Amino acid sequence: MTDTSANALELHNLSVAYRVGGRNRAVLRDLSLTIHPGEAYGLVGESGCGKSTVALSVVRYLPRNGFITAGGISLAGQNVMKLDNEALRRMRAENVSMVYQDPGKALNPSIRIGRQLTEIFELRGISGQRAIDQTTAMLNRVRISDPVRVMQRYPHQLSGGMQQRVGIAMALANDPTMLILDEPTTGLDATVEAEVLDLIAKLRQELSASILFISHNLAVVSRMCDRVGVLYAGMLVEEGRTEDVFNNPRHPYTVALLRCLPRGGQRKDQIRLDTIPGFLPAPGARISGCAFADRCALADSRCHSELPPLHDLGGRLSRCHYHEKAQSLPRTTPGSITTSAVATSPEPVLRIAGLNKTYSSHGHALRAVNDVSLDLMPGQTLGLVGESGSGKTTLARLLLGLVSADAGGEIRLEGKPLASKLESRTAEQVKAMQIVFQNPDSALNRSHSIRHIMGRALRTLAGLKGSAQQKRLIDLVRSVRLTERHLSVKPRQLSGGLKQRVAIARAFAGDPRIVVCDEPTSALDVSVQAAILNLLADLQTKERVSYIFISHDLAVVRYLADQIAVLYLGRIMELGPSERVFSGPHHPYTEALLSAVPKLDETENVRVRLDGEIPSAINPPTGCVFHTRCPRKIGAVCEEQEPPLIDAEHGHKIRCHIPFEELARLQNKTDHIKEITA
Amino acid sequence: MVFLGGQVLPGNVGRAILGPLADQRAVDALNHSLGLDRPLLVQYWDWITNFIQGDMGMSYIFRAPVAPFVIDALGNSMKLALVAFVLVVPLGILGGIVAALNVNRPIDRIISLGGLSATVLPEFVTGIIFILIFGVWLDWLPIAAAWPANAGFFTQVYYLILPAMPLFLVLFGYIARMARSGMIDALDSDYTRTAVLKGLPWRTVIWRHVLRNALLPTITVIATQTGYLIGGLVVVETLFRYQGIGSLIFTAARGKDFPILEAGILTIGIVYSVATLVADILYSVLNPRIRLGTEQ
Repeated sequence: MTDTSANALELHNLSVAYRVGGRNRAVLRDLSLTIHPGEAYGLVGESGCGKSTVALSVVRYLPRNGFITAGGISLAGQNVMKLDNEALRRMRAENVSMVYQDPGKALNPSIRIGRQLTEIFELRGISGQRAIDQTTAMLNRVRISDPVRVMQRYPHQLSGGMQQRVGIAMALANDPTMLILDEPTTGLDATVEAEVLDLIAKLRQELSASILFISHNLAVVSRMCDRVGVLYAGMLVEEGRTEDVFNNPRHPYTVALLRCLPRGGQRKDQIRLDTIPGFLPAPGARISGCAFADRCALADSRCHSELPPLHDLGGRLSRCHYHEKAQSLPRTTPGSITTSAVATSPEPVLRIAGLNKTYSSHGHALRAVNDVSLDLMPGQTLGLVGESGSGKTTLARLLLGLVSADAGGEIRLEGKPLASKLESRTAEQVKAMQIVFQNPDSALNRSHSIRHIMGRALRTLAGLKGSAQQKRLIDLVRSVRLTERHLSVKPRQLSGGLKQRVAIARAFAGDPRIVVCDEPTSALDVSVQAAILNLLADLQTKERVSYIFISHDLAVVRYLADQIAVLYLGRIMELGPSERVFSGPHHPYTEALLSAVPKLDETENVRVRLDGEIPSAINPPTGCVFHTRCPRKIGAVCEEQEPPLIDAEHGHKIRCHIPFEELARLQNKTDHIKEITA
Repeated sequence: MVFLGGQVLPGNVGRAILGPLADQRAVDALNHSLGLDRPLLVQYWDWITNFIQGDMGMSYIFRAPVAPFVIDALGNSMKLALVAFVLVVPLGILGGIVAALNVNRPIDRIISLGGLSATVLPEFVTGIIFILIFGVWLDWLPIAAAWPANAGFFTQVYYLILPAMPLFLVLFGYIARMARSGMIDALDSDYTRTAVLKGLPWRTVIWRHVLRNALLPTITVIATQTGYLIGGLVVVETLFRYQGIGSLIFTAARGKDFPILEAGILTIGIVYSVATLVADILYSVLNPRIRLGTEQ
């Protein structure tokens, strides 16, 4: 059946269309690629490029309205298109496996983990105790330390990281020749993502499977893959060895994509991020020339009329007429900062002292925020970082008055005490603090036009009516780089990035002093993210507003934040000026967070890993709450005494028993540090 | 769960009784001799304590204890409901599954549209049509549901098929629609994709992975319909001259026989509560997320 010498996967001129509104809309166009045996191939591109469609075509699991219009797929020498139902089932059972995003949904909620795994072995004629033994071995293989207990559980009883391990175990149980990973770590915490990526990297050495790795995260792909293909509008625009493509791109789209990412410690007061103008062509759009031509500053009339072939540049491909000068692509957004930052006044706009929040959960006290004190200066950004469950969002909600703090703590806004309940705050105080959410879809009323949404915000927050309101509305809309024609449409007619602009404009309607940004760019593509980050930075210099910026993406936080607070189990573990926190010496937790993030620029591989999961806030560890996972624990003192938050230098505070100088010594000699965990 | 049900049940009983109690004030003026002029709360207390002890009071019309009437009628209604249930639940679910597996094909359209149209037709319309077709025209089935004395099990079922048919029509569309949407959600889910991509045979995918998750919401709907089946049968029971609890209440209401009316409605309330409780228990047994809660 399968030919072991054949390529693991070959796509020949594959075209896939979705039938929408009675018309076929092309999603993949004439796509050819080859994955060699044992190779890891990364497929990158923004959402809507057709990445997932590639994966679903290979396993022949396209949605009901999707079908292959031309071309062929061959998996280990088998023609996937010609298989009948039984042969297709056998191919799925024996040759190919898939892991995808959102492991919680990928597992059957009403079947125990063990059963979901044993049924795979039963397909291969292994049953009873032997199937259970094999399952145990498989779970051990994905580094689940207590497989017997995990097998008894239902998916909802496992954490996201554990669920994804189970997902990977299921995918590997049939010893596939081809493993498809579709955004396997998207939505997981950075530390968990690092664990899962480590696991995949290790398993690659143990198994023979070839990997198709699909991700929008370029850094993740650069860490995991030998070769990478860049997909744009369903076409392969560039392909080559990972380091070649990312370090020396030969297609303007790749060049532009890489420029959108905040890299190498870029900061808002140094440079604006580059963006990609315009939008991805809609599925099914007629493309006569180069698909990227409309958004490409290098494009000339030839690009608009003549589809470039895939030029072979010696082991790598580029679909650009002018591939040799792709890197000279001019910037879309000027990098320079127009307005220089004004010297900050010494009085903080927001001062928090001894803030606590206790929830009660099934009769237990859950301390979500524990004795948090910090200052926010006008015109500055405070970045809140930490894993999920660290209390970032609760802290933001406390400040906004959406939940009320425990008695005893104090919040002062511009010197005046701020009531912990929203109802007890004055209209001025409510106006002074606004929020931008992660998901603009749920934040904007879908049945109203943008004009209505903005008008309402101006009426309630700024008290404007009539022509004054209209004038301010136009100003506001322009300040977030929307045009007047966007006013009459409804939110669903806008893209995610445009919706987020509306949400930002709405937050700025009442001239706020502080805007809380809760993961505002997490749901957006990198090019859109860059535009939003630029916008936030520009608005800050113009309006002297302060941000409280919550994000799991440390590069994004680094770009925008002046101060960083690192939270763990509701406590501030480290607090200080952004550059000092990032350059170190760090708290061991910050160190682990930083090293968990895959980076495009760095090749060093000594990484600090965290064992296990964030402990429950109901029953936090004694002493230093981080001691259970700390790779630098020094002894009993960590288990017995909670260290104070000590000011080490110039406002850089660290909550650790290890003296600052010792931390500096330990962290500067990274080559002496052994990997702590296996 | 059982403890929780115990907590909730008195509340439901109170609610069930409040409607009839409001009418009692009018009765007060008409009839003092039955001790109805005592304070409302005292009466209620006496009545409810007696009811709990099994004493449902005396019928005004029949001058006899209420309990045997209500219990007999409830038994009869349950028989009818059971026949309707045995017919409609498997067929409704099956219809929903078939429709879901053939989404947007003709068979789906027929089941969905047909079921929906049948649901909106009132029972007395379909009942009369069925009587005309099967009872009068074809003469296959008896038109009255009152079976001869000493009739055996199968004879009773035979007499109940015709009255059960309108009920079947009302519920079929409802159950089929719930089953269909549950199935479609489950078929489109990521875990079904996982199961298919494991290479499991299609039948295993459906039986093991899809059905259980798909039918969970349907079970709740079915159980709440039990209340309707027992309590909402006034029309059908009257039409087929069947001595069920619905026609008992109807007769009592016309004759202002309040003890029977109250006892009947309270009984229906209890049946309804028990059915809901059973549905909740069943749901939590089948759904590990509720049974086990979240640990960790």
